[in-house]
Amino acid sequence: MSEPRDLVGGAPETSFTLDFDGRKLPAHSGQSIAAVLWSAGITAWRTTRQGGAPRGAFCGIGSCYDCLVTVNGRPNQRACLLPARPGDTVTPQEGTGHGALV
Amino acid sequence: MAPSSDPRPARTAAPAPGDGTGAVASAADLAVVGAGPAGLAAAVTAADLGLRVTLLDAGDRPGGQYYRHPAPELGAERPEALHHGWAAFASRARRLRDHERAGRIRHLAGHHVWTVVRKDEDAAGEWHLHALAGPEEQAVTVRARAVLLATGAYERQLPFPGWTLPGVVGAGGAQAMLKAGLVLPGRRVVVAGSGPLLLAVAGSLAAAGAAVPAVVEAASYTGYAGRLPALLRNPAKLAEGAVYGGALVRHGIRLLTRHAVVEAHGTDRVEAATVARLDRDWRPVPGTARRIPCDALAVGHGLVPQLELATGLGCATRTTADGTAALVLDEQQRTSVTGIWSAGETGGIGGAQLALAEGELAARSIAGRPLPAELVRRRSRLRAFADAMGAAHRPGTGWTGWLSDDTDVCRCEEVPAGLIREAVADLGATDARTVKLLTRAGMGWCQGRMCGQAVAALAGCAPGPDRRPLSCPVPLKVLAELPADGGTAP
Ligand SMILES: Cc1cc2nc3c(=O)[nH]c(=O)nc-3n(C[C@H](O)[C@@H](O)[C@H](O)COP(=O)(O)OP(=O)(O)OC[C@H]3O[C@@H](n4cnc5c(N)ncnc54)[C@H](O)[C@@H]3O)c2cc1C
Ligand code: FES
Repeated sequence: MSEPRDLVGGAPETSFTLDFDGRKLPAHSGQSIAAVLWSAGITAWRTTRQGGAPRGAFCGIGSCYDCLVTVNGRPNQRACLLPARPGDTVTPQEGTGHGALV
Repeated sequence: MAPSSDPRPARTAAPAPGDGTGAVASAADLAVVGAGPAGLAAAVTAADLGLRVTLLDAGDRPGGQYYRHPAPELGAERPEALHHGWAAFASRARRLRDHERAGRIRHLAGHHVWTVVRKDEDAAGEWHLHALAGPEEQAVTVRARAVLLATGAYERQLPFPGWTLPGVVGAGGAQAMLKAGLVLPGRRVVVAGSGPLLLAVAGSLAAAGAAVPAVVEAASYTGYAGRLPALLRNPAKLAEGAVYGGALVRHGIRLLTRHAVVEAHGTDRVEAATVARLDRDWRPVPGTARRIPCDALAVGHGLVPQLELATGLGCATRTTADGTAALVLDEQQRTSVTGIWSAGETGGIGGAQLALAEGELAARSIAGRPLPAELVRRRSRLRAFADAMGAAHRPGTGWTGWLSDDTDVCRCEEVPAGLIREAVADLGATDARTVKLLTRAGMGWCQGRMCGQAVAALAGCAPGPDRRPLSCPVPLKVLAELPADGGTAP
């Protein structure tokens, strides 16, 4: 079975593990947090405020805010934009805060 | 609340001295918002012509949506394998680096411009662009004598039952995640919606190793036939179509035209899609439904120009052939507001080639140079082609027929179609704004980017142009610190 990497060749500069909800996920430098989660087969990492429904990345470009995660204690980060970094602890998030919207 | 500081060490370079709100830096000749094909072409052309340019983009790397590519640390040897026409980008990216080194272009990556205001007292007509830099959301103000808005587009989404299930992703979104992160949403991906982007997405996903059981297209490519003259004037586009067509054949991908995904199934993740035939108005034909197993579904119905910075400035808009609102631009790429130019998808969805041409034309206009006749002809040719495509893929009015009352239309606020229908039928709402006030649809984080087109359709009105007071969520402390001479927010 071929992988995206086969298409573009090369290798990541460094690899590390990302702490997601107590799991250790393989991550490569230069990948967004959402990309790390997708490579681990994880497509949901948040539950909605009202319905408690699972959500993950949808638009992939920072417009939909469905991919929000808490990174190192800081909530409401867009996983599709934020690069994963060694030592990061990512926790799923329940609901979305509205405090930042004016 | 969005906390004001990221506990992680800063990774975006701190803005150069003089960038901070309130600090003085001399005004650039031109500020370009967006480093996609349009903005990038404009910035390097303007710098070639001697202007001092500041180029701002929310993303970490230039290229926008079309030329999205992995971070250097991911070590992709052949990023061009995921693109058509990579050379056009590579040459401009090189020119950008040269101009940066020579101090003619200041490239501010990771800067999201949330508003643009005119500094009224200044007779020279200076503009202030307010941006948030990096995950730390540092406030930055850029001053410029002219502004080019090249903010591109986002995907048009038409909801269907199950579209909020994990594994259902934007078609362009899947493409973006693949191009930037070398990842797939699943191993068996149905691609659905409408528009030529679906063919590109299916081709890339398959080339990257996914099985694509079908491309489900609501329009019919035979709809192009009546507009053949525009197609024949664009042989390169036809060739591109053939490339996509060839890729589909090579990977054994079925193209189902006049079909739509009318439901996605699954509990914690999508497991299958129900596909049905559509009539001419995109109404599902009873008795034609069948199920296709999949572990991901990539959907999109074309694109919507991203206009909030422009509409905030009062730039006039028009409705285009694809049914979305775009900016009114003259042959010089000028908006209706003096001093504000625009290029690329903001003037009507038209693709990367058109964006490159328009960016270059805008830069020449801003520099007060004549427009090369060949480039002007190229622009009209590509624009005519885009209009023909846009009309062929414009959603039919019957699509709301596949929305069940319990389908969440607004993903953020979880507002179901039934509630919106009630607001329209029982409470007399006739436009998206009233629906929003009655139901909260469009009031969440995405500010209506995902549901706006659907809410308008349910309210029975044409979608209005993008309007948002701020382009992205802005921490209160940044608003509070806005200096008085930063101008008044619209
Ligand atoms: C998700 C997605 C995927 C796509 N994938 C493809 C594809 O694979 N193939 C294809 O042919 N076409 C694709 N397109 C179509 C795309 O619109 C291209 O035609 C092309 O990239 C348009 O060029 P542009 O310069 O007009 O805009 P874009 O390429 O969209 O560039 C706009 C840039 O502006 C920046 N920006 C926007 N608002 C702000 C702001 N307020 N502050 C700072 N920066 C801002 C964005 O970060 C972006 O980099 C895609 C579109 C989308 C939305
Ligand atoms: S996936 Fe839409 S904002 Fe991240």
